[in-house]
Amino acid sequence: MEEKPHIVVSSRTRRVEPTIGHFTFTPEMIRLEGPLKDYRQKAWEEFNRLPLPTTKDETWRRTDLRLLPTDTFHLPSPGVQQEYQPVPGNLLQPLAGSQHGGQILLLPDQSQVSLDPALEKKGVIFTDLRTAEVQYPDLVERLAGEIVRSQEGKFAALAAAFSENGVVLYVPKGVSIEQPLHSVLWGGGYNLANISHLLIWVDEGASVTYVHESASAQQVPNLHAGLVEIKVSDGANLRFVELQSWGDQVWNFSHERAQVGRDANLDWIFGAIGSRVTKNFSSLDLVAPGATGRMSGFYFTNGQQHLDHDTRQNHLAPHTTSDLLFKGALKGSSRSVWQGMIYVAPDAQKTDGFQANRNLVLSPAARADSIPGLEILANDVRCTHGATVGKIDPEPMFYMLSRGIPAEDAERLIVEGFFDPIMQRIPFEGVRERFQQAILEKTVGK
Amino acid sequence: MTELIIKDLHVSIEGKQILKGLNLTVRKGEVHAIMGPNGTGKSTLAYTLMGHPSYEVTQGEIWFKGENILEKRPDERSRLGLFLAFQYPVAIPGVTVANFLRTALNARRRASNPEEKGIPIPEFRKMLIEKMNLLKMDSKFAGRYLNDGFSGGEKKRAEILQMATLQPEIAILDETDSGLDIDALRIVSEGVNALTGPNLGVVVITHYQRLLNYIKPQFVHIMFNGTIVESGGPALALKLEEHGYDWVREKYQEPIPA
Repeated sequence: MEEKPHIVVSSRTRRVEPTIGHFTFTPEMIRLEGPLKDYRQKAWEEFNRLPLPTTKDETWRRTDLRLLPTDTFHLPSPGVQQEYQPVPGNLLQPLAGSQHGGQILLLPDQSQVSLDPALEKKGVIFTDLRTAEVQYPDLVERLAGEIVRSQEGKFAALAAAFSENGVVLYVPKGVSIEQPLHSVLWGGGYNLANISHLLIWVDEGASVTYVHESASAQQVPNLHAGLVEIKVSDGANLRFVELQSWGDQVWNFSHERAQVGRDANLDWIFGAIGSRVTKNFSSLDLVAPGATGRMSGFYFTNGQQHLDHDTRQNHLAPHTTSDLLFKGALKGSSRSVWQGMIYVAPDAQKTDGFQANRNLVLSPAARADSIPGLEILANDVRCTHGATVGKIDPEPMFYMLSRGIPAEDAERLIVEGFFDPIMQRIPFEGVRERFQQAILEKTVGK
Repeated sequence: MTELIIKDLHVSIEGKQILKGLNLTVRKGEVHAIMGPNGTGKSTLAYTLMGHPSYEVTQGEIWFKGENILEKRPDERSRLGLFLAFQYPVAIPGVTVANFLRTALNARRRASNPEEKGIPIPEFRKMLIEKMNLLKMDSKFAGRYLNDGFSGGEKKRAEILQMATLQPEIAILDETDSGLDIDALRIVSEGVNALTGPNLGVVVITHYQRLLNYIKPQFVHIMFNGTIVESGGPALALKLEEHGYDWVREKYQEPIPA
């Protein structure tokens, strides 16, 4: 039988029509050794089982993935030096005073770790995930998947299956850390799938402030899938600050959850200015009486950006308190979605839940969706929520102009003022300055 | 010489004619009072001078320091040396008094020199504290969000504080006495009096004569139905105090169409 020749037509131009839902990842890429072997294996199965979300799924109704070029992304090859854009020096500047308690720089294929020896002596663990797998296998095995389960979503499963790059923070019982800990995830490469996994456990009565930033170069297409698992044990205190400044061509997906124990407190701050598309799930689980959590967020979008934050405040025990304030400003033809839910379990009496979302739309083509929600199954609770979408009022604008302030400065001042209540919640001048600088750059930008 | 010259000013808002040919000249160093019953266009005059976009000048001219300012934006008018103390100052949430004033001051400096780095913070603080002492304001005031949750008296003091900081050449005080108790009125007036002198011209717009017990004008004008109908010295204000506005209404009321 005559063999028919295969005709292969190749083209250097990029395909306009993306294929939907087909990732090129294969099981050989999974690291099947170490304490996370089973975890990854199971997550890989979930990843294959779960379909790519579509706008028919309620939680994805406002974020369309049809333009996600799934088949263009690749994982860093083990042992091969990655090429990535240089890390901007200011990302590694100390956040408080002259030094950090510890700092980690995560690159796609390597990391740099430093930790104050005094903290190490107290038993504090603050290191990258690869190192932790070797040095603290039991801890890693225990924490991974304890708070966020890989079957929660396609991207949660993806991040879990390829979980290698990340941070492990453990603060032992009763240890209180004054200086903030700081980590920077620098996503690099071109069409690279950046996977990150943060495991945070603040043990009983301990306290710490931890700042995590993720960033990458502009105009470089990349994917990020991240997991953040936080455990705040009884009587512990965590201040966790996240600043997301991914480059403008990054598709960013993350599943984050914090579990807060008896009389424990979490102060959780989000800043989001980057990425092309973000879908972030953040959940605050108050699991024992006296647990309190505050979620403060700001987002500032421009150009074609699309940022979707899905928050949950789960009151799972009586006498728990949550307070959420998310504020967003929008320019260009960007779009934001905030969808929040306060859930109160049937026996979670005497809880106090608050949520508010405020949006300032600075351009006629921008759009903010704000969807608050309450699901209350107990009868003795106090829950309130509010959502607003507004523009700059002409009267304050005129007032500022009448003082000689030019229109663009007035707008900047109004935006800064709009975000100020969130800024006031941010610990450390250095962190605040970082956020303010980000806002300033957005305000003067297009 | 710094002059504000208003010629035959006609202004309408949403198609309704409010000012109907108003003439007034104010020179640096002079204090004028414009008095009149409610609804005669006093605040319209104030807003129009500052360039509020809702007020449409249909006829006439406004000259300031030799320039026709009608085509100038409000921020340009301000930097040129014009100031309006608002009757109802709006809140600027999230922006502190200090931050606001520093931005306004730096905008002035940059307008005259684009290379200007801005006023150094220690120098600014020192200056602000001096001005606040003048108005008997607590230093904590500088850290509060401008007009946000301020009492009536605090708002008016904040207006005068801005005037003291920005050092205009002609200032219009729109009903600065409204909503003030007698103590606040005295403090605000003392503040204004401390600023008046050869370098400042002031136009005090007021419904009541009582403010003029504290701020002494050389010139008093009565405004009625969109124009100035009587001008005189301080005695005119006293006449109003004694007789009210009824004689003005009788004398200048437009005949009611049959």
